[in-house]
Amino acid sequence: MHKPRLHLIASFDIAHLQYLDEEGRATQALPDFATPDTLLALYRQMALARLVDDRAVKLQRTGQLGTYPSSLGQEAIGVGTGSALRQDDIYCPYYRETGALLERGVTIAEILAIWGGDERGQDFAHAREDFPLCVPIATQLLHAAGVAFALAYQQREMGAKPRVAVSSAGDGATSKGDFYEAINLAGVWKLPVVFVINNNQWAISVSRRAQTAACTIAQKAVAAGINCLQVDGNDVIAVRAAVADAIERARKGAGPMLIEAVSYRLSDHTTADDASRYCPAEELEQARAREPLQRLRRYLEHAGLWDDGREEELQRELAEILERELREYRQREPDAPTAMFDHLYAGLPEALLEQCAEVGTARPAGDET
Amino acid sequence: MAAITLVEAVTLALAHELRQDKRVVVFGQDVGVNGGVFRATDGLQAEFGTDRVLDTPLAENMIAGIAIGMAAQGLRPVAEFQFMGFIYPGFDQVLNHAARLRNRTRGRLSCPIVYRAPYGGGIHAPEHHSESTEALFAHIPGLRVVVPSSPARAYGLLLAAIRDPDPVVFLEPKRIYRAARQEVPDDGEALPLDHCFRLREGSDITLVAWGAALKETLAAAEALASEGVEAEVIDPATLKPLDIHTIIDSLEKTRRCVVIHEAARFGGLGAEIIAQVNEYAFDLLDAPVCRVTGYDTVMPYYRLENHYLPDVDRILAGVRRTLEYPA
Repeated sequence: MHKPRLHLIASFDIAHLQYLDEEGRATQALPDFATPDTLLALYRQMALARLVDDRAVKLQRTGQLGTYPSSLGQEAIGVGTGSALRQDDIYCPYYRETGALLERGVTIAEILAIWGGDERGQDFAHAREDFPLCVPIATQLLHAAGVAFALAYQQREMGAKPRVAVSSAGDGATSKGDFYEAINLAGVWKLPVVFVINNNQWAISVSRRAQTAACTIAQKAVAAGINCLQVDGNDVIAVRAAVADAIERARKGAGPMLIEAVSYRLSDHTTADDASRYCPAEELEQARAREPLQRLRRYLEHAGLWDDGREEELQRELAEILERELREYRQREPDAPTAMFDHLYAGLPEALLEQCAEVGTARPAGDET
Repeated sequence: MAAITLVEAVTLALAHELRQDKRVVVFGQDVGVNGGVFRATDGLQAEFGTDRVLDTPLAENMIAGIAIGMAAQGLRPVAEFQFMGFIYPGFDQVLNHAARLRNRTRGRLSCPIVYRAPYGGGIHAPEHHSESTEALFAHIPGLRVVVPSSPARAYGLLLAAIRDPDPVVFLEPKRIYRAARQEVPDDGEALPLDHCFRLREGSDITLVAWGAALKETLAAAEALASEGVEAEVIDPATLKPLDIHTIIDSLEKTRRCVVIHEAARFGGLGAEIIAQVNEYAFDLLDAPVCRVTGYDTVMPYYRLENHYLPDVDRILAGVRRTLEYPA
């Protein structure tokens, strides 16, 4: 049978960025920002994120916190991303975000409050314009597109300075319509927005391979006509470099970008999950060897910037910070029961006054206090 | 001042707010160059430019979701869903985020959004273009649901919705988009939300209806008047939160009530109104409150739609049952 002649009309390449290999050796000259001070600061924030996650899981196990999603093993993505934003850029996080939140100035007490069942944690004292943690998968990517439209609109119509929206999501989120709709719109409207995908290989128990036949998640950007890059998500220098570069390009009007940061979820999905039911132990062991903290620590040690003594000193300092924040979390009284009416609308509609009064006087069944 | 239709009043209100508030942006499928499939945004892109009146890609969930980001950043987005039947992909964003962002952030961020959608049956449209599912939205805490029923109320309530600091689902009864003309001054005067409108005074029975169903309800009231029965007609207009007081005030006088809506009966807003009447005004009633509604069936294709929609005869039958109780 005659085989028709075909013309190649489009093709694509996916680039991968790495600065530090698994042993913590530089694979190329580091970017300009990678001064000793900056690298030490990144290390410190990753260590703090790990400490917070570790304690949060323990608090949950002892009944002092609700369900908690640890970011164990993915600290480089959160810290690398969060540190790439300017303070007046806007972050639209998903829910596995300890490192990024710390970078944005969200306090540990606020993070604990959120997972400890108190909306007041989402009322960030800093980062006032950032979106709150977002639980429904991928929905925040559309909020970021909307924020980016508003930022560009304010620049165009009102003379505001250029700002950028950044949003994050997991690999599972890239199977959802919200993701495709967000990158598609961002491309068509050339929005100043950067999407960072934390590809930690798992969406609860569904593996990356079971999620998509695409060989990279980054390439999903190709269909939307936007730029993309895959980075080693266990290399905080690569994450920071990629996100910062994407943000600055977006700020200059070059449009959106999708960044896939490849890592591994070393914890359960949340404290309500048991990954041993589906996560192969060998795979987990191999992933542990690639984790981001020891990688940067090795680099710093080789560079003469770190040693056991400094590590001990750091852990002592971070533990003190954590204890202080824990005290704040524990000491905060629960909100008044009527607080559930306080921010439902800008002003409480008359139709709700009676219910508000009812909750104000009623004592819930089983509440003996 | 020319008399205008309901859909022209929508355009007039949008133009007024676009003109006086730089934060207002209008977007959706076909709202730009084409001026909307019902022409509700006709001429707006030409006047206000492609930066403020935008055609979006075809994705309702995206339309719902980006409005949240825009609003949180201080804009006043007015998003159009082409038909109510196609809102559902965006339901997640409306329910889980637009309605809750203020609460979730303890007032730090908010969603002053208007989600507009043509709704209701009676225009011989294909499947999915004729349903009335306002009760789905009215059930959601944090939302307002508003339905205008005349050109003047479309203008005044849409202005109020755009200026409201919280999300409003603004459902436009497309069967009466061009059914009547009315002189509407473009004076920028908003009408109050959360407030019933008394469209007709009467002392014998209270008829509660909204949107296009008011056309038949008012016609039924005229027919009753010729028989010597004076019906009071109340248009809640804001279905959530509901101003039950105006309805109960009316019942003080009439002691009998019929609720009319196009939507299916089970769990419809008639049920909510009746439940509140029972809770607050049971002793006032001389008869059970009657519902005249769409049936608990799938909205039929258009050859049967007039059998589904409440008409004057069905309303009159409901009124007679209520007036004759306990016969």
